[in-house]
Amino acid sequence: MTAATTPTPSSKQKTFRVRIKRQESQGTDPHWHTFDVPYRPNLNIISVLQEIAARPVTAAGEQVRPPVWEANCLEEVCGACTMIINGHVRQSCSTLLDDVLGDDNTLTLEPMTKFPVVRDLAVDRQRMFNALKKIKAWVPIDGTHSLGAGPMESPEQQEMRYALSRCMTCGCCLEACPQYTKDNDFIGPAAIGQTLLFNLHETGKKAAGDRLNVMMEPGGITDCGNAQNCVKVCPKEVPLTEAIAHVGRQTTVHAVKKFFTGK
Amino acid sequence: MATKQPRVIVVGGGLAGLAASVRIAEAGTPVDLFSMVPVRRSHSVCAQGGINATNEVARQQGYSEWMHMDETLYGGDFLNHQPPVYDMTHWAPRIIDLLDRAGVPFNRTSEGRRDLRKFGGSLFKRTHFSGATTGQQLLYALDEQTRRHEAEGHVTKYEFWEFLWPVLDDDGVCRGIIAQDMRTMEIRSFRADAVIMATGGCGAIFGKSTMSVICTGAAAARCYRAGAWLGNPEMIQVHPTAIPGEDKCRLMSESARGEGGRVWVPRKQGDDRKPTDIPDAERWYFLEERYPAYGNLVPRDIATREIFNVCQEGYGVGGGNMVYLDVSHLPDETKHKLDGILEIYEKFVGDNPRKVPMKIFPAVHYSMGGMYTIYATEEKKPVEGDEGQAIGMKFGDPTNMQTNIPGLYAFGEVNYQYHGATRLGANALLSCIFDGLYCGLGTHNRVTNMDKPAAELPDSLYNKYIEQEQAKVKHLSEAQGKHNPYELHERMGSEMTAACTVVKTEERMTKAYGVLREIKEQYEDIRLSDTTSWTNANLGFARALGDMIRYAEATLLGSIERKESRGSHYRPDYPERDDAKFHKTCIAKYDSAGDKPIIEWEDVPCPLVPPRARTYGKVEVSAESAASKQADLDNKPGGEGYSQRPSETSPVYGTETNGKDASAS
Repeated sequence: MTAATTPTPSSKQKTFRVRIKRQESQGTDPHWHTFDVPYRPNLNIISVLQEIAARPVTAAGEQVRPPVWEANCLEEVCGACTMIINGHVRQSCSTLLDDVLGDDNTLTLEPMTKFPVVRDLAVDRQRMFNALKKIKAWVPIDGTHSLGAGPMESPEQQEMRYALSRCMTCGCCLEACPQYTKDNDFIGPAAIGQTLLFNLHETGKKAAGDRLNVMMEPGGITDCGNAQNCVKVCPKEVPLTEAIAHVGRQTTVHAVKKFFTGK
Repeated sequence: MATKQPRVIVVGGGLAGLAASVRIAEAGTPVDLFSMVPVRRSHSVCAQGGINATNEVARQQGYSEWMHMDETLYGGDFLNHQPPVYDMTHWAPRIIDLLDRAGVPFNRTSEGRRDLRKFGGSLFKRTHFSGATTGQQLLYALDEQTRRHEAEGHVTKYEFWEFLWPVLDDDGVCRGIIAQDMRTMEIRSFRADAVIMATGGCGAIFGKSTMSVICTGAAAARCYRAGAWLGNPEMIQVHPTAIPGEDKCRLMSESARGEGGRVWVPRKQGDDRKPTDIPDAERWYFLEERYPAYGNLVPRDIATREIFNVCQEGYGVGGGNMVYLDVSHLPDETKHKLDGILEIYEKFVGDNPRKVPMKIFPAVHYSMGGMYTIYATEEKKPVEGDEGQAIGMKFGDPTNMQTNIPGLYAFGEVNYQYHGATRLGANALLSCIFDGLYCGLGTHNRVTNMDKPAAELPDSLYNKYIEQEQAKVKHLSEAQGKHNPYELHERMGSEMTAACTVVKTEERMTKAYGVLREIKEQYEDIRLSDTTSWTNANLGFARALGDMIRYAEATLLGSIERKESRGSHYRPDYPERDDAKFHKTCIAKYDSAGDKPIIEWEDVPCPLVPPRARTYGKVEVSAESAASKQADLDNKPGGEGYSQRPSETSPVYGTETNGKDASAS
């Protein structure tokens, strides 16, 4: 539909500067490109990138190839478009230019640092999906046949599980976590949140032991340094530190039980 | 490929693709699942409001699967195919049960049961929901089940792979696909004994829509260009309530109205007071006044046209294209249920919708049309509430939702079967999952009975198609023309939006058809700004644009030739529904020699419910006359209401019959 917003006069300058960290592929050296983009009110970072991609000419007048980034839903629910925007990890769809453009009138875009760069702002987050496989992040149902309703659940528990289930695998928490690095095995806060999500479910908890075994292994929950950065940067306000505390307790109980019963 | 184990390819990892993968893997056939994004990021996550199904509460108030079916057909203006809708609505309760078992955090009542909300096109609460991010939650549940099958070796995922073309053998049977790795840019063939397209909608042909970036319709268009037919490509849903934005129009879910949200404009044109300063008597709740029974919950095409017209008449907020969607009066616990969507508004617009009415306008949202499919029928054993002969699809039949190309199937939004001329809110998630679960079995049955498996076919068949796709890439990469693909797309989008959405006239659409031809010529003269061979998004976009233009042509020509008004398809030059001429499926076939669509018509059988007038109990009121009528309405809520048959007068089921009542609570 035609845009219903009418442009309002702005005190901002007519153009703003965008610096994008470019990288051809893994293993090549990164470099920077600077673009001058016409200012309009209500731009989000995706619109800025679209503008540059459509006409990729740098501030110096050099025609370059359009930047590559990952995006899909553009309404902060798919988790694809995470990047570092003026030093902060966030979703580029829900970040409004007016909120981040400082006095230097410059927008700086970089890829996340905890994942291998695919190209420019796109990174490879397969490690996050592998972690979901490792912790058996599913409810082990007996197939898709008609077997009646699932277990009843209190509204309080539903609220807790819903909050955990809004995790969109965007990777913000991992980027902000000082313990999670490119080279170590730490499973990270997102997967710990999912561990709790499935351990809370009546059927899901049938595989709780398997999940807690993963939490006891190297790279498990003991690698968490309790910096609490994860919960601060989570765009969906997933209660990650709460989850880490819960799963920590579950793991301790599981370890004690395992010690005595041997399973 | 020495193995004779049959395989199925699923293209698309949204609800339909994931449900199909799970069902087929469970039946014992390995699945290769292709998606342009990690499947957990598919567009299904954007669905907000809920999923419809008969439930015990509604049933005890007189609701039934049959009524759910009837609402779906009435909503779709009887262009839907009835037997598939019969099964979809009768399967709906068990689909909810399955999702419940799989751990979807459906909202709960204090007793711990699944909570329900009201949605458009029904007078019953029959919509199950998980906050206001139901699509995300359902997709995750199926993503998780798919991951389980992946871990067990039954499903192989190809994420960041783009479908390029279906492989058809000399008999015209689909035998696999050609796809490209979006990172390495490698083009490969993949063999399969059946291919399921579950590639969603085509919002991008309109430029901006509520759809995700990948919803270009290119995959469907490629099948169309390869010989698959399109069904009702002209049927595009424009959602009444979206937030217009620079990069996309963001959906503001129907659940806002389902929970009691009210749509209004100031009664006085150009009233420039802040909305919170306008007293109730000076607000025009035009949907509630014109549709006393359904109020704010009329089907989407009706709400969209009313909003559009009110703005055309100059009643829009500030005289512009905007009306208020107001949830500020709702109790806190109700607002809490809408947190997911209210946050979106707050983040993207900056105002707090809990306190200030939201400003919204219609936006392209869903494709009811898509790839043409067939099915086998059989008589079913009627269940309680069924009011006539029960006819559905033959369970497990290999032709269910197969396209006109044997071995090529279409599930989910890309399948044209279920929604006719308008989709009811909260029926999309249902139709996608239903296709995957119900029709997935048919696909499995097809491949387990193949005379000549794809694994035994000669390489030459596949190599031919690989060369075809490599040649396309070479052509695009080497083009040194003067047109920028992004600019061509912008032009196509604004032309399609202006000519072929809420109001369609012959004159405007014919002009747009000419513009599309021009764009098609310019497309032959483009130049890419990226010609490298690693993660080249520019190439992918430019290639898809060529396919989108062809899909847009079919949408336009179908719209021009459907000279009637039906559901979402509104022609002021032909304002009435014309059953004699157009109670038919529009079939678009691609004429490759002339590079244009050919439109044909096919009767829509109605074995279950005969078509009836679709009025939703409308009464005529204007901003001026409304004040006096309001007094009458207060005494007589209900109006004509929901009617099973045109001869019945005013049966209104349930008590919470309109938005006005709901908002008063």
